Amino acid sequence: MTTPRLQAEHVRLGYDERIVVDGLNLDVADESVTVIIGPNGCGKSTLLRGMGRLLRPRSGSVLLDGKRIDRLPTKDVAKAVGVLPQTPSAPAGLTVADLVARGRQPHQHWYRQWSSGDEEAVAHALSVTGMSAYADRAVDELSGGQRQRAWISMTLAQETSLLLLDEPITYLDLAHQVDVLDLVHRLHTERGTTVVMVLHDLNLAARYADTLVAMHDGAVVSRGTPDEVLTEDLLSDVFGLDAKVVSDPVAGTPLVLPISAHLRDEL
Amino acid sequence: MNATLAADPAPTGRRALHRRRTRRLLCLVTLLGALLLASAASLAYGAHPVPFDAVWQALVAPAGGEDDIIVRSLRVPRTVLGILAGLALGVGGALMQGHTRNPLADPGLLGVNQGAALGVVTAVVVFDVTALGSYIWFGFAGALVAAVLVFVLGTVRGGATPVTLALAGAAVSALLYGLISAIVLTDRQGMDTYRFWHVGSIAGRELAVAGQLAPFLIAGFVLALANTPGLNSLALGEDVSTALGRNVRRTRLLGIVAITLLVGAAVSACGPIAFVGLLVPHIARVLTGPDYRWLVPCAGLLGAVLVLLADVLGRLIAGDTLEVGILLAAVGAPGFIHLVRRRGLSKI
Repeated sequence: MTTPRLQAEHVRLGYDERIVVDGLNLDVADESVTVIIGPNGCGKSTLLRGMGRLLRPRSGSVLLDGKRIDRLPTKDVAKAVGVLPQTPSAPAGLTVADLVARGRQPHQHWYRQWSSGDEEAVAHALSVTGMSAYADRAVDELSGGQRQRAWISMTLAQETSLLLLDEPITYLDLAHQVDVLDLVHRLHTERGTTVVMVLHDLNLAARYADTLVAMHDGAVVSRGTPDEVLTEDLLSDVFGLDAKVVSDPVAGTPLVLPISAHLRDEL
Repeated sequence: MNATLAADPAPTGRRALHRRRTRRLLCLVTLLGALLLASAASLAYGAHPVPFDAVWQALVAPAGGEDDIIVRSLRVPRTVLGILAGLALGVGGALMQGHTRNPLADPGLLGVNQGAALGVVTAVVVFDVTALGSYIWFGFAGALVAAVLVFVLGTVRGGATPVTLALAGAAVSALLYGLISAIVLTDRQGMDTYRFWHVGSIAGRELAVAGQLAPFLIAGFVLALANTPGLNSLALGEDVSTALGRNVRRTRLLGIVAITLLVGAAVSACGPIAFVGLLVPHIARVLTGPDYRWLVPCAGLLGAVLVLLADVLGRLIAGDTLEVGILLAAVGAPGFIHLVRRRGLSKI
């Protein structure tokens, strides 16, 4: 088996005095979709920021193609890894087309600001996210779902073979959630893009992930296929959730059915 | 969303990008035209009006007449300095608001104004320098020292953030202001020079003043333009900026150096001309949208036009006694309030 392109080795990550992730190892399987799940505050986003070199590890290292990501020229990293942070904000009046065009920055130089390749990539990124019709609209005037798709579009315009997405479907209604995840799935199947994303919806995570990574208290507690990871025991241990896991009648993946307190007596 | 990833030929996004570019180019060309007109007005109007054909004559083939002397020795230096100061303050203000993402940020936020003021006062009181051509060097040095001090104090563990820089700038400015007050209170001549300088004026300076500061201003303009793509990514937040392959610290440092050179040079030569750096970026943003590659040059041109027009207006109203700094404060404050009330301060 070849070495995966993106790896975390004994990384310790934190903010100021607080250590959030300590001594974590993670190999991201190439050309597959990895979804990180875990309760609030378990360090999912922190890990994703560390993997995307938005946060420098206190110790340990994140490796891209076997080299330490914080020692590679950041512009070269930006051509290989796209990162979409949680709830980014755009300045007032910025149009969707301009936002998406900024995704081309890693490919631009001071002597060549805009090329036909840039134009191609922007038009394509707008079209696959269904945002072409909104190109002239201001980002801050869009609905939450459209805004999210505009940002994803910017990340796609970067044309990277690895994508790290932090909660890309928050704020979206179910139909748009499925839209975005279908898009991610197509990127993976049609282009071989490697995707790592943080999701809160366990059922959608199980449906779209090739690999699930469950985190608790800054550590990986389980890693494997959705069937291996999403068990009733794990839900109870990691999330403190009393739940029944059945087979999803649509996809055949695990389906989590929480047992709410008011139903518990009847079961 | 479409069913496949195959490129959809509909070039809606592409057309949008082209339309915007045409509009922005038009803006830039219009502003250049406005600057030409304002310069012509600045050369022609004043206590002694000179007809435009005589202005042209004085510029290309002077014969030594009264008109020629007025245009060449008074109005040309004044106009050149007005253009340079306006460009510098407009560009400096746009950069400052971009880096702090604060629509109320003024180019003096880094303590540059008070630093320059202390330099001028020190030159007059301690070193007995009274010629303007000499004490602007002290002013410029004071501006640089203040900016470096603010940057060092504002750099905490994680690097300099807009908030720590603004706080350090406010603290250093207050300290310097105290020092300036203490010095000028005890020194009559220092007080007079400080008052004269502090009003903000482009009158009574020789052309050599513009020449002295030109190298710093040119360096500042080049750095400012080089900073604009980085500012565009910083406007999306530091995380996105890093994700797009920018070194956030380097981008900030480049911006601070550019602001210091531009504003330090302009302020030491002309005094702290109010409102240009605060007002002009907002007008430029309305014209070009939030793309700094266009916003920064437009803000510079607008700044130059505004300073020249205000100076000409002052001359027309009150002969040569109404300085541009006073007029801009009088016109700028209501203008700014109008802008805020009509459009609201946009999130940047």
